[in-house]
Amino acid sequence: MIPEIGHFALVLALVLALIQSFFPLVGAQKGIASWVAIAKPVARLQLVFTALSFAFLTWSFLQSDFSVLYVATNSNTSLPTLYKVSGVWGAHEGSLLFWALTLSVWTTAVTLFGRSIPPIMMARVLGILGLLSVGFLMFMLFTSNPFDRLMPPPMEGKDLNPLLQDPGLALHPPLLYMGYVGFAIPFAFAIAAMLGGRLDAAWARWSRPWTQVAWVSLTLGIALGSWWAYYELGWGGWWFWDPVENASFMPWLAGTALMHSLAVTEKRGAFKAWTVLLAIFAFSLSLLGMFLVRSGVLTSVHAFASDPARGMFILMFLVTVVGGSLALYAVRASKVRSYVRFDLVSKESALLLNNVILVVACAAVLLGTLYPLLLDALNLGKISVGPPYFNAVFIPLTAPLVVLMGIGAMARWKRDSLENLWPKVRVSLVASVVFGVLYPIVVMQRFDWLAAVGMVLAFWVLFTTLKATKDQARGRGLGGLSLSHWGMVFGHIGIAFFIVGITLTSVYSTEKDLRLEVGESYEMGGYAFTFNGSTHLQGPNYSGDRGEVVITQNGEQITVLHPEKRNYRSGMPMTEAGIDAGLTRDLFVALGEPLGTEGAWSLRLYHKPYVRWIWLGALIMSLGGLLSAADKRYRVRARRTVAEKSPVGATV
Amino acid sequence: MSKSRAFIPLLAFLALAGLFYFVLMKMGKGEYNPRDIPTEFIGRPAPSIDLPNLLDENDRVKSSDYAGKVWLVNVWGTWCPECWKEHEYLMHLSRQGVPILGIDWRDEKADAIDFLKQKGNPFVEVGFDPNSDAAIDWGVYGAPETFLIDAEGIVREKHAGALYPQVWQEKFAKYFHAQKPTE
Repeated sequence: MIPEIGHFALVLALVLALIQSFFPLVGAQKGIASWVAIAKPVARLQLVFTALSFAFLTWSFLQSDFSVLYVATNSNTSLPTLYKVSGVWGAHEGSLLFWALTLSVWTTAVTLFGRSIPPIMMARVLGILGLLSVGFLMFMLFTSNPFDRLMPPPMEGKDLNPLLQDPGLALHPPLLYMGYVGFAIPFAFAIAAMLGGRLDAAWARWSRPWTQVAWVSLTLGIALGSWWAYYELGWGGWWFWDPVENASFMPWLAGTALMHSLAVTEKRGAFKAWTVLLAIFAFSLSLLGMFLVRSGVLTSVHAFASDPARGMFILMFLVTVVGGSLALYAVRASKVRSYVRFDLVSKESALLLNNVILVVACAAVLLGTLYPLLLDALNLGKISVGPPYFNAVFIPLTAPLVVLMGIGAMARWKRDSLENLWPKVRVSLVASVVFGVLYPIVVMQRFDWLAAVGMVLAFWVLFTTLKATKDQARGRGLGGLSLSHWGMVFGHIGIAFFIVGITLTSVYSTEKDLRLEVGESYEMGGYAFTFNGSTHLQGPNYSGDRGEVVITQNGEQITVLHPEKRNYRSGMPMTEAGIDAGLTRDLFVALGEPLGTEGAWSLRLYHKPYVRWIWLGALIMSLGGLLSAADKRYRVRARRTVAEKSPVGATV
Repeated sequence: MSKSRAFIPLLAFLALAGLFYFVLMKMGKGEYNPRDIPTEFIGRPAPSIDLPNLLDENDRVKSSDYAGKVWLVNVWGTWCPECWKEHEYLMHLSRQGVPILGIDWRDEKADAIDFLKQKGNPFVEVGFDPNSDAAIDWGVYGAPETFLIDAEGIVREKHAGALYPQVWQEKFAKYFHAQKPTE
């Protein structure tokens, strides 16, 4: 009975979403106040039913109700409770329900926090979000119903993909989805502004905090996925340019550009059409990612079960949403004139250049991801575009971006000059070159050009950000700075940390694959790794081997690591690396293969300096995003707008 | 902004959507599967292989050495990320005693040797095929591809794309049941 109620709740949610989109949108266009007024309550009611549906699916998982096909294929009784719950969004159908739920939650949040937004604008925004809900719910009900029954029910369910049985990965998809779906909010604001015919700074101000929160979720989601790949796959790598990784990275790049562009539109009224386009891009790329992953057109480890019928539905959805909004853009944006002038040397120019680079980088990733598909579809052969392409394109593109970050933070709005900027950056420039070159020599004790360039860039970002903060704080003290400024500071310093992480890890990592007998030692990077043999391991739904490696430095024991090799019931072998994490280095041990009968194993040892800084950088960036979103400016201006608010009829 | 420039994003998107539509239609009709391309070789005698041994310059890898066995041919290269992904599962199969002949295709010799040293070698032998000699004979489209040859020397199955447990169970496992227990 429970699954049927869940299914029914989903149908009701669809009906409510239809109401939520039709009446407010038409009402706003025709000026019917009562139709506009129902937007908020209907949107909230839609959340209630979507949440109910989600709760019932979760319940079916917790009860191990294998008469539900989706539960039977993604869960079993021996699965720990955490993974029963994360199994809800572990595969196609349930993750779609999670998308729909997240969209509802975001929509309701807009109704709660957006009190200052004029009712007509709010009605349009909720109407557009409602249309998106209609798309997701129809997709689910027509092609991927998570409540489909399986008769007769099997005694036991299949195993959840062992790759997903990890706390990091239980959280990775929800964060990503929150980010993807979160970009629907600036998208809806941009479309609503175009529908209203008023592309002013107001929509930018309303959508900024939402964009930042969505960006934070996406950043954390991607970082979590990368961290997981690092410790779970046992290759010591943290980014593979896999098509599905790219699918999450493209909205991130577009979203980063959008955040910066929104700032210009809000503060200076410039880039109006461009910002709208970026808002469309960020969400469109999220949908595109969904299409690429779920239609089966690309091959990847992440791929969901492929089904051309589903692919066709998403494609129709994609064409409606993206095609529709770009058509609206084409009609409206040609009429937008920016009367705001700015000089070649100004904050606006720096931010514009930042946007251009980010969009070009994003296009390069898109090309690399789709190129194999294009060739394949035209029967020109199958190819695999791998890290060499992406590294060759991406690194030269992003280095100037980093240089620009320092200048952009320092430059004045509207008009600045090189004569004025030079004294401000002079000290930072010299200091970053000195520190950047010395760091590899003094701290890492081996000079390397690549490391020096990376460190110079990282120090440059750090020093210019500090200098910009010092200049800003002049006369009002650090406490007088806005949260939004602190957001910039943390966002940029996060990037500096990230650069340190990737540079030092890729230059100074050492790895060794070797055979170790029981009791044998190997010395690497100043540490001695002693292998103490392996024992048999029996987990709830896997069996395997567990090795013991003692690590000592100068005779003192640092740590004991226990790398594991697991065989899951589904037949999938998994490596659980033993990692001793540290701020300046990770020691990483993975079990290879058992060799011979004496208990010897092949082992993979890694010494990875500063690898943590990659994820630490992402965390700091995210903190920046949150600080910025919490800026009281949005609330203060909000209150002022309430006071100025005109009656519904007058705005139409 | 000029009127025509505002239409560029829309046109670019429609071109992209057209490509996707084309691909999906082909997939729907079964003319195209990004994961699997039917080969003409199924049901026919396996083309012979005679390649230099990657790991031993004085040796050659010959398919005639495998006559009378059920065995696999796996085409791979270090340049192919999908091959990295299936590698662990190939190791698992080789531990179960499945004989796999590797064809290292369009690769750098040093990279390939390094790769096998670092990540383990699941292959009985590896033929080095930088000029696609064997790959053309076998009609290889891309890496990775895996073929199954039965005891009579007939190609029975082919899989394009990484080999995962599910694919193994669906297509390959049945040929080994008679010989030895898998799992």
